Amino acid sequence: VIAAVEGLVAELRLVGIPVSASEYIDALSALRFVDLGDRTAVKTAIGAAVVKDAQHESAYSTVFDLYFAGRSLDRADGGAADQDAGPDPGNQGGPGGQPSGPGDGGGGVLDSVDDDSLTRLLLTALEANDPALLRALAAAVVTRYAGMEPGRPVAGTYYLYRAMRAVAPDRLPARLLAAAPDNGDDGLARMLLTEEYERRVADFQREVEAEIRRRLVADRGAADVARTLRRPLPEDAGFLTGSAAQIAQLRDTVQPLARKLAARLAYRQRHRRRGPLDFRRTVRESMSTGGVPMTPVFRPPRPAKPELVILADISGSVSNFAVFTLHLTYALRTEFTRVRSFVFVDTVDEVTEILAGADNIAAATAEINARGCGVWLDGHSDYGNSLRSFRERYGDQLRSRSTVLVLGDARTNYHAPGAEALKELSRRAGHLFWLNPESYSAWDSGDSVISQYAPFCDAVFECRNIRQLRAFIEQLG
Amino acid sequence: VTSTEDAAAAGDAGSAAGHRFESGARVAELLRGVGYLPDAKIATVVHLGDRLGKPVLVEGPAGTGKTELAKSVAAMTGARLIRLQCYEGMDEAKALYEWDYRKQLLAIQLHTADAGSLFAEDFLLTRPLLEAIRATEPVVLLVDEVDRLDVEAEALLLEVLSDYQVSIPELGTVSARQVPMVFLTSNGSRELSEALKRRCLYLHIDYPAVEREREIVLARVPGISAALATQLAQVIRSLRLLDLKKRPSVSETLDWARTLLVLGADRIDSELIEATMPVLLKNQADIELALKKLGDQAR
Repeated sequence: VIAAVEGLVAELRLVGIPVSASEYIDALSALRFVDLGDRTAVKTAIGAAVVKDAQHESAYSTVFDLYFAGRSLDRADGGAADQDAGPDPGNQGGPGGQPSGPGDGGGGVLDSVDDDSLTRLLLTALEANDPALLRALAAAVVTRYAGMEPGRPVAGTYYLYRAMRAVAPDRLPARLLAAAPDNGDDGLARMLLTEEYERRVADFQREVEAEIRRRLVADRGAADVARTLRRPLPEDAGFLTGSAAQIAQLRDTVQPLARKLAARLAYRQRHRRRGPLDFRRTVRESMSTGGVPMTPVFRPPRPAKPELVILADISGSVSNFAVFTLHLTYALRTEFTRVRSFVFVDTVDEVTEILAGADNIAAATAEINARGCGVWLDGHSDYGNSLRSFRERYGDQLRSRSTVLVLGDARTNYHAPGAEALKELSRRAGHLFWLNPESYSAWDSGDSVISQYAPFCDAVFECRNIRQLRAFIEQLG
Repeated sequence: VTSTEDAAAAGDAGSAAGHRFESGARVAELLRGVGYLPDAKIATVVHLGDRLGKPVLVEGPAGTGKTELAKSVAAMTGARLIRLQCYEGMDEAKALYEWDYRKQLLAIQLHTADAGSLFAEDFLLTRPLLEAIRATEPVVLLVDEVDRLDVEAEALLLEVLSDYQVSIPELGTVSARQVPMVFLTSNGSRELSEALKRRCLYLHIDYPAVEREREIVLARVPGISAALATQLAQVIRSLRLLDLKKRPSVSETLDWARTLLVLGADRIDSELIEATMPVLLKNQADIELALKKLGDQAR
């Protein structure tokens, strides 16, 4: 068991989940108090001790399944690991609870039925929501359709695709619904039933996925499969490279970050400034020293009202990043007393009103797109023109207490960079930071002109993922 | 309170009372007894928290029963619940202890105390954390909404959480006579520090699955029919799938169930949902979104 936990912890650290030594010890001592035969309890126990962030739980779950896949810890899967690509491992624990299946003898029966009866059986199982039968069926589906070949260094995504394609999961809810007894014209009931079936099908798909992983582990060993499966944590997902779903997930992270950024900027300004001399109190104070003003008294500084100006690139080359940027801007709006947001592609437009007026971010994005904000000529980024038009239209509104945050990759399609406009902005504003979503190594390659802007910024940061954004905010304080 | 004997006694008491429950299943059973329906994960973690003598950090969306869990654990063990509600700007005078300076001043004026005895227990005002540590009877300490604390103030908790002791400069160290069960709740509005997380077991409570939500409704709203509860739980799940500003919480589900009961409904249809939506969703944009979805589907 210790070896398994050790491998698990090592893999978690590799994925990027921090596990301290004391947490590792906690995990081991927690195992003394749970039934080692109970897979879920073991999973919960280790998870409670080592995973301290809800966002990491799905990553943990995957890794746990790998390292505890074929161990004797799990009674239901007991024999699974010991067999190679042999007959049909998962079935051994399965068929006990079949309500209406044609056979109750064991795995062999499921393998010998034809495709149609397998599908029918699957429908019955989904309708009855019978976990044991579904698990057995998942194993059967994998054996039959996935076409797994031992020894190939793959992550199993292709196997999953093949297995599920044969089952046609999209059509299953509809078929289930057609077979359901209560099929009146009650729209609500039908919707609820559909959602229920969709969930069961999704569960079944997860079961198939788990089965494929179990077999991969049996074939190549946990450490090897883990390496091919390794996926970035949500906070490490690149803004430019991450999938749309990953970016959407980041939304929940953004709100606390925005609050923190607001707090940091306010803090910074509160500390830098000292109020003007309080003449009256200085004189009053001087009474005790015979009218000689020995200790000057200052007024407390006025509470800081940081003003944030965000300039966000929303061109196509950074579209994923732009989604994130808008989320961040939207979240900041609720935290700052004054935040003005601008978007640009080849010219700049203020979107403060749009963000303030919209009820949610989706509506705001739609509105921005509908109005064609930031687009002047052809919708290709032109940083030079954007910066110049910003200077002309809004430049005189920047104060020393404004902080300007530019979010963009500085890829200006070989137009003139217009660095002198940025210099002017930097002179007027209190601070100017540039966050670049591209990896540092790509800076200044091709049409990127970030180094021409850099001298006029307080700092330029690589900001490819949430972790780097967090680091940027940390160092502000 | 300060001597090493006490510390030893605390150790003994701790090991004696160290396991209040034999297993996670037993915890689940007891929690059910007081009307809280845990899933396997919650029961296991509560059991471990007790066995390992570690605080449990409970995180999750608002209204999923985090605070309720601590209250239920207190109820089922017959322990006293000591609650520390965190807020921004809370300091040790509110969380740990404070010297009662008015009483101290009086004592000086009356010449009943010399300087040495001014810092005695008589003049100590205990606050929730110290109170939990000094309690002789079993207690459950609930540190509610710990994410509202400032980062600096989090450090106040660390000594209490890891060693169950409080150091008072004038008095020395006060150790726990028995290891209290500690629950911390957080809505995740801010990242908690690594130091705090490391000392705790982590439990993430999400919205319950349909089956569990149905059970909760059945247990908490007497008189509701099983069919209605099923339908209700499914509607709620369907609403939570939407991209809402504020998803309906479990407590709102219960409110809704009670509303339906009062209205005498025996099944849910679109009109009924439309009429009672404000019980579930408290935001006009959310309500419109939900009605739109229901409207689309019902056509």
